[in-house]
Amino acid sequence: MVNALDYLKESASQTAGPYVHIGLAPNQAGFDIFEKNFTNAVAPPGVAGERITIEGRVIDGSGTPVRDVLIELWQANAAGRYNHPADRQDKPLDPAFRGFGRACSDFKTGIWTFETIKPGSVAGRAGKPMAPHVNLWIVSRGINIGLSTRMYFSDETEANAADPVLNLIEWEVRRKTLIGERETRGNAVVYRFDVHLQGPQETVFFDI
Amino acid sequence: MTDESHVYGEYCQRDQTIHPPSFAPGYKTSVLRSPRNSLISLQNSLSEITAPVFSRDEFGPLDNDLILNYAHGGLPVGERIVVHGYVRDEFRRPVRNALVEVWQANAGGRYRHRNDTYIAPVDPNFGGCGRVLTDGDGHYVYRTIKPGPYPWRNSVNDWRPAHIHYSISGNGWAQRLITQMYFEGDPLIPQCPILRTVPSEAAVRQLIAVLDRNNAIQLDSLAYRFDIVLRGARATWFESRAQGEPSMQRE
Repeated sequence: MVNALDYLKESASQTAGPYVHIGLAPNQAGFDIFEKNFTNAVAPPGVAGERITIEGRVIDGSGTPVRDVLIELWQANAAGRYNHPADRQDKPLDPAFRGFGRACSDFKTGIWTFETIKPGSVAGRAGKPMAPHVNLWIVSRGINIGLSTRMYFSDETEANAADPVLNLIEWEVRRKTLIGERETRGNAVVYRFDVHLQGPQETVFFDI
Repeated sequence: MTDESHVYGEYCQRDQTIHPPSFAPGYKTSVLRSPRNSLISLQNSLSEITAPVFSRDEFGPLDNDLILNYAHGGLPVGERIVVHGYVRDEFRRPVRNALVEVWQANAGGRYRHRNDTYIAPVDPNFGGCGRVLTDGDGHYVYRTIKPGPYPWRNSVNDWRPAHIHYSISGNGWAQRLITQMYFEGDPLIPQCPILRTVPSEAAVRQLIAVLDRNNAIQLDSLAYRFDIVLRGARATWFESRAQGEPSMQRE
């Protein structure tokens, strides 16, 4: 007999269902229960970095916006450091900036937004810098296991071209699905980022 | 090796065979919401091994008490229960400070959500959501009302077994998980199209809470035990612990 591995198995994922909003963002679902809530305002006033809005929709295989989606965002600060003990890069931390947000799509239009700051570049594997990006996790009714993706920034052409993760995607045409397009609206900087669940423009999703 | 290095390592590759496939036509809504390309597999970087850290002062004293956290002058109707368990990783280590968030229907099977139009009434004293951080042993506990089953439009006679939705945020972004907890002995379990998306019997059983009379509150509430397993943080070498050393990884 060989040794036995007594490892456990991960619990199986299940869909977040149509009512995920009351669980994860009740105040955004119009329902007042907790004193402190997780919101789409990722960067409180005073946090260093360029103020940006990320705005998008999640679109299903028929081209219809998904109007009951919930998206989580996780990102580094403007210096390119995550507010977490595993990140030991020699860069400043901003204690007021966690880097986490949750957004519900509008129940009529499917549009969701995050108000945040543009992250800096974080060291990737083997010390190779990753281009600035935010990590997104998408759940809804009909999604059996949360979808992980990243949004990169259209004005970071050079860094994106050298990014070790974008370069893992064999099909250059698919890399574009991960780029948020920079727009200015008055004084506001907005990155537009539509996520396509299926079809010719299907967004790249990662097994992380 | 310090305890910290165990908690903050690179994660084991996800065993995708445990999880429902994205495209599961028996659950009709998945058909147009499932990616058709393969996922691109990434080795972990800082983006995947870090995650938001939550602190106890962000949560109110009633956040894990669904019997009282939306009570408006009365108590919610239904069977009072305590639900508790351990959040562990694949290596059986406790996942400390994990954020466990739950949401559910009331005793009649109705959610307090604008999109729920089921005939069963909303309970004025029941919100149906709660949250709790795991303690140093990875343990969590909350109390609530046992949710009712309800019909839903998949086929016209499909019913959800009684269930509580769970969201678990662990120590790394790669551990993020949403699942559902079911109740031992519910005859609707084997017929549920959503539970049938889970490929193996063993993985289904892992989602069923067991009646735990030892933890019942006498003359007050029954108890159920529900343990959760998240991906394991590997105890083996990870490059972030050896900054400046040449990489062992071949690219």
